[in-house]
Amino acid sequence: MTRIRFHQELEDLKHRILEMAGMAEQAIDLAVQAYTQRDLALCRRVLANESAINRAEREVDEFAVDLLAMQQPMAVDLRFILAVIKINADLERVGDQAVNIAQRVMNMISHPVFDLPVDIPAMAGRVRAMVRDALKSFIEGDTELARHVLEADDEIDRLNHEAFSALSTTMQTKPDCAVQALDALSIARNLERVADHATNIAEDVIFWVRGADVRHGAGQTTAGI
Amino acid sequence: MGTAVEVRDLKAWFGKAEALHGINIAIETNHATAVIGPSGCGKSTFIRCLNRMHETNPDAHAEGEVKIGGSDIYAMPAVDVRRKVGMVFQKPNPFPSMTIYDNVAAGLKLNGMGKRHVLDEVVERSLQQAALWEEVKDVLKKKSGASLSGGQQQRLCIARALAVNPEVLLMDEPASALDPISTAKIEDLIFELKQKLTIVIVTHNMQQASRVAEFTGFFLLGNLVEFDKTEKIFTNPSDKRTEDYITGRFG
Repeated sequence: MTRIRFHQELEDLKHRILEMAGMAEQAIDLAVQAYTQRDLALCRRVLANESAINRAEREVDEFAVDLLAMQQPMAVDLRFILAVIKINADLERVGDQAVNIAQRVMNMISHPVFDLPVDIPAMAGRVRAMVRDALKSFIEGDTELARHVLEADDEIDRLNHEAFSALSTTMQTKPDCAVQALDALSIARNLERVADHATNIAEDVIFWVRGADVRHGAGQTTAGI
Repeated sequence: MGTAVEVRDLKAWFGKAEALHGINIAIETNHATAVIGPSGCGKSTFIRCLNRMHETNPDAHAEGEVKIGGSDIYAMPAVDVRRKVGMVFQKPNPFPSMTIYDNVAAGLKLNGMGKRHVLDEVVERSLQQAALWEEVKDVLKKKSGASLSGGQQQRLCIARALAVNPEVLLMDEPASALDPISTAKIEDLIFELKQKLTIVIVTHNMQQASRVAEFTGFFLLGNLVEFDKTEKIFTNPSDKRTEDYITGRFG
């Protein structure tokens, strides 16, 4: 084994991105919890935590760029660092989506409770599972699990369409709860975007491990990856 | 694209020790092909077989087929092979007592070409191709090859090799003894030269291989483990041994 220091630094980079992943996951968990409990304090925690995620994003990027410049990585190491840079951006965006959800929840809290025709917690549960699996696939280099994440995205898209349809109808038929319906619709869309980021992460894992680019439907058949 | 060098089942020995175990490779015309691998893997032996330099070692011999431009190099006189296939070494080796002009003209004179106006033309053309003309044109017959800087000496050696108009240029770690500026000049030169001829370059510097070569072969223990487009080798090699080597996990 040579280049021991470099490979230790790659491990260090992995730890750092996983720390950031933990913050992004927690942000989504808190935002969803804030929705179900209509908890203003939890919303404020999500907003307060955003700067830590942004700071972590910059630090991971700087570290990754330093490794590219100083170590001239090749092959699987090069793909790993490129994947980390992209995953880093996706995690930061997950943090942004959590903030968006928290802001919508704050708005909802200021209005009366209304029984809306959308199951946000159920959708959130599926999205969080996607994020969790995407990160687990990254930790373990498991492309099979990453492939499952890609497949799960279609279900989230379907739930988002259903939410859009149902909440649009609510806004038209019950104008007095239009604000709450619009907030819920935005939250569903935010969750759908979190799922997209989980999908991106899974694609990056496949790129890192296999060197295969499966973005935008490239290689429609992901079986065997 | 065509094949400039076709190698089939090439084996090479030092005494009884087999250094190459049956190499098969087709090297594309007008492209640069890099040969990489750890020390002792056989990469220098391989390129020295391509101009029959290997057999100049005591007790060394080679078997197999090497065709340059379709002709079997083992079926022609070695001197003709070396006219078709030039070589540049790790350490610049200009003839120290000769002027710059005579260093470049030496190969032509050996081949019996002595007409002054022809020599003048070829020396200028070769030095221009080697990107050295502007730096030495005023001292061609005043300064010796040894008086030049290391980078200039290496380009002088390239000019000397180009003077006999070879089809293939072999380069054995041509920039490993040079500073970054001189290295960049050699790399720029490789880019220019491959428009006219075929280049095979041995290098320990993988970044250099990735910068200058369209194709790369990875040698290990006398075998050609993998040969592919350079971007494939350096981003997603097919063989685990290649990946382990270029990522520094062994070697």
